[in-house]
Amino acid sequence: MLEVREVSVAFAGRAVLDHVSLTLADGEVVALLGPSGSGKSTLLRVIAGLIPADSGDVMLDGTSLANVPTHRRSIGMVFQDEQLFPHRTVAENIEFGLRMRRWAKVDRTRRVVELLELIGLPDFGARRVTELSGGEAKRVALARTLAPSPRVVLLDEPLTGLDRDLHDQLAAETAAVLRAAGTTALHVTHDRDEGATVADRIVALDQLGITR
Amino acid sequence: MRSGGGSPSVNRLPGGVIAALAAPAIVFLAGFYAWPVVALVRRAVTANSARTTLHDGALRDVLWFTTWQAALSTLLTLAVGLVPAWVLSRYEFVGRRWVTALVIVPFVLPTVVVGAAFLALLPDSLDQSVAAILIAHVFFNIAVVVRGVGGLWEQLPGDLVAAARTLGAGPVRAMREITLPLLAPAIAASASVVFLFTFTSFGVVRILGGPAHPTIEVEIWQRATRLGQIGVAAVVSIAQLVVLGLAVLWFARIQSRRRHAFGLRPLDERSHPRGARQRAVVATTCAAIVIAICTPLGALFERSTRASGGTHSLTAWRAVFGNEQATLNRPSAASSLDPSASLFTSLRFMVIATVISVIVGGCVSLAIAALGRGGQLLDTGVMLPLGTSAVTIGFGLIVAFSTSPIDWRAAPLMIPLGHALVATPFVVRVVLPTLRAIDPRLRDAAATLGAAPTRAWREIDLRVIRGPLLTGAGFAAAISLGEFGATTFLTRQGRATLPIAIEQLLGRPGVLLRAEGYVLATVLAALTFAVIAVVEFARGARRA
Repeated sequence: MLEVREVSVAFAGRAVLDHVSLTLADGEVVALLGPSGSGKSTLLRVIAGLIPADSGDVMLDGTSLANVPTHRRSIGMVFQDEQLFPHRTVAENIEFGLRMRRWAKVDRTRRVVELLELIGLPDFGARRVTELSGGEAKRVALARTLAPSPRVVLLDEPLTGLDRDLHDQLAAETAAVLRAAGTTALHVTHDRDEGATVADRIVALDQLGITR
Repeated sequence: MRSGGGSPSVNRLPGGVIAALAAPAIVFLAGFYAWPVVALVRRAVTANSARTTLHDGALRDVLWFTTWQAALSTLLTLAVGLVPAWVLSRYEFVGRRWVTALVIVPFVLPTVVVGAAFLALLPDSLDQSVAAILIAHVFFNIAVVVRGVGGLWEQLPGDLVAAARTLGAGPVRAMREITLPLLAPAIAASASVVFLFTFTSFGVVRILGGPAHPTIEVEIWQRATRLGQIGVAAVVSIAQLVVLGLAVLWFARIQSRRRHAFGLRPLDERSHPRGARQRAVVATTCAAIVIAICTPLGALFERSTRASGGTHSLTAWRAVFGNEQATLNRPSAASSLDPSASLFTSLRFMVIATVISVIVGGCVSLAIAALGRGGQLLDTGVMLPLGTSAVTIGFGLIVAFSTSPIDWRAAPLMIPLGHALVATPFVVRVVLPTLRAIDPRLRDAAATLGAAPTRAWREIDLRVIRGPLLTGAGFAAAISLGEFGATTFLTRQGRATLPIAIEQLLGRPGVLLRAEGYVLATVLAALTFAVIAVVEFARGARRA
């Protein structure tokens, strides 16, 4: 269970998150809705440990993450513009998190093949990520995040910048892939339809904070 | 697409105009670069000195010292430069622009001034030591790393590291697996440039190294001017020229292959430091930069006011500048050197060298741009002096023009000509990118509006190069002011430039004479700042 408790963050004196609280049950996929600039990304970054909160806490299965650095949290994140490592191939990108967890080579290879099939790109392992189309890159980013089976997956507007048809198709695929992985996920979007497709539950960010 | 590259030939600039534009550069390069190199080769071959040179153990020692001090200087510069490169490229904070500008300062300073500053700063125990040379090299080249590596670093999306962190990589692991490999091209490029600079280091080593630590450049100078071994010096010069030329060519190929390897977006947003730790790192780094750069320059000024007995006075300043008339008529008793005259000599040569390099460089840039792809050969030719050490250029000029019928080596014009040779490539490198950035469709549009090719060229190309030409002129002026390697061969009594006078005064015994050397070094540093500041100011005003 992921719990966000009364988290506040201010940038240069301007409150971006104001006492935000949110709870996700195990295996639950929640869509977090809000207009751009409303602090959705900031909340994900606080959960991932990329930005320290000014106050409040993030708990995972009852343990505070306040003093746990990002790389020990086992919280995966799909970034808005994928952030695939440009100097590595598709397979090496997906394998990255497994190497960090010291998986053996054979197990890594098997897992990469499994994920490439899951995202429908079975022959893409040796490709350079700079040669991928927009939709392919987004699939690979999802696979890379899911590969080490993180306890929570955060998705930061992972489907923006796609044309309508591809967007809808990928939204459905993402929903299916997250269900198949059975993972707890927080999906940030500004698109209510996308949220409805991907998530079990939709919450709006402006309902989470305590307004002064 | 290059200008003229795809347009039909009737729409191009007439060949005669292009030839006329290229002519000054071709004549200039043939006469003052190619011919001197040929003269050096002839001296090297005919003197039968190649064999003697190969068996010269002392030369092997010099080569070994030159190589390892350059390698060590490069490693140290990288080690010291990466932290400021990171802080200045990734964080936004009050005063960032000032600190960034400050980092560039040592790089625009003349080598002789850098040498003098560390001679002033370091205790006597480090005088004439390898450590002094290494420290000065790091100081001088830190800008290469901060600019080169930082320039790429600020384009790396910060989220790449964030992505690695969420996948389980610790900070060190993310640095090793993601940041460093992505920065590798810039690190390699900066390291190559620093190595090249420190391998051919001359001014710094002449002042700080003393006779015990000659680099190849210093050795060439010593053999040619002090020991009269012209043949051996020529062999070493040519060997160095070939090796450096090959290195530069190899480097250029690597660079062009690596460019566009990753689809990086321009300029990721800098973040404000968050939390006490980040703020401490940023503040400490900036403080260290300010102290490291200001202290040697402060020491330079302090030593210029130091009088015998540890007191401070403006005696040396008065000796140099007070009562100008008297000084001009009465050179210092101890020498034929007149400190204040060297200032005017330098300014005169600066004007001549700047005019030559702006005309030659500006014209040839226009020719190269108009030739499109065909201009590549000309472009490479113009860049050759850049890959040639200043000492080789000066030595070549002396050898080429020392025999009748053209015994010009004592001609006063030779010094600014040498400076212009060194400065012209910089003018071209500033002007050419602007010309190449002109959208060829602009000329097409002008043509459809009824402008003849020459007219279109005048209206478009000639308009845009005014700003870059001014910038190029500033660089040329700064280069001429600080030029030491070529000048050291061409200088004659009564014609010493500031760097020459500084080097001579600092090598003399006597507190006052040394203080006068520091006075001139302070003046030269201030002049160089002034020139660069004017250029930057003009550039800023144009943008606004």
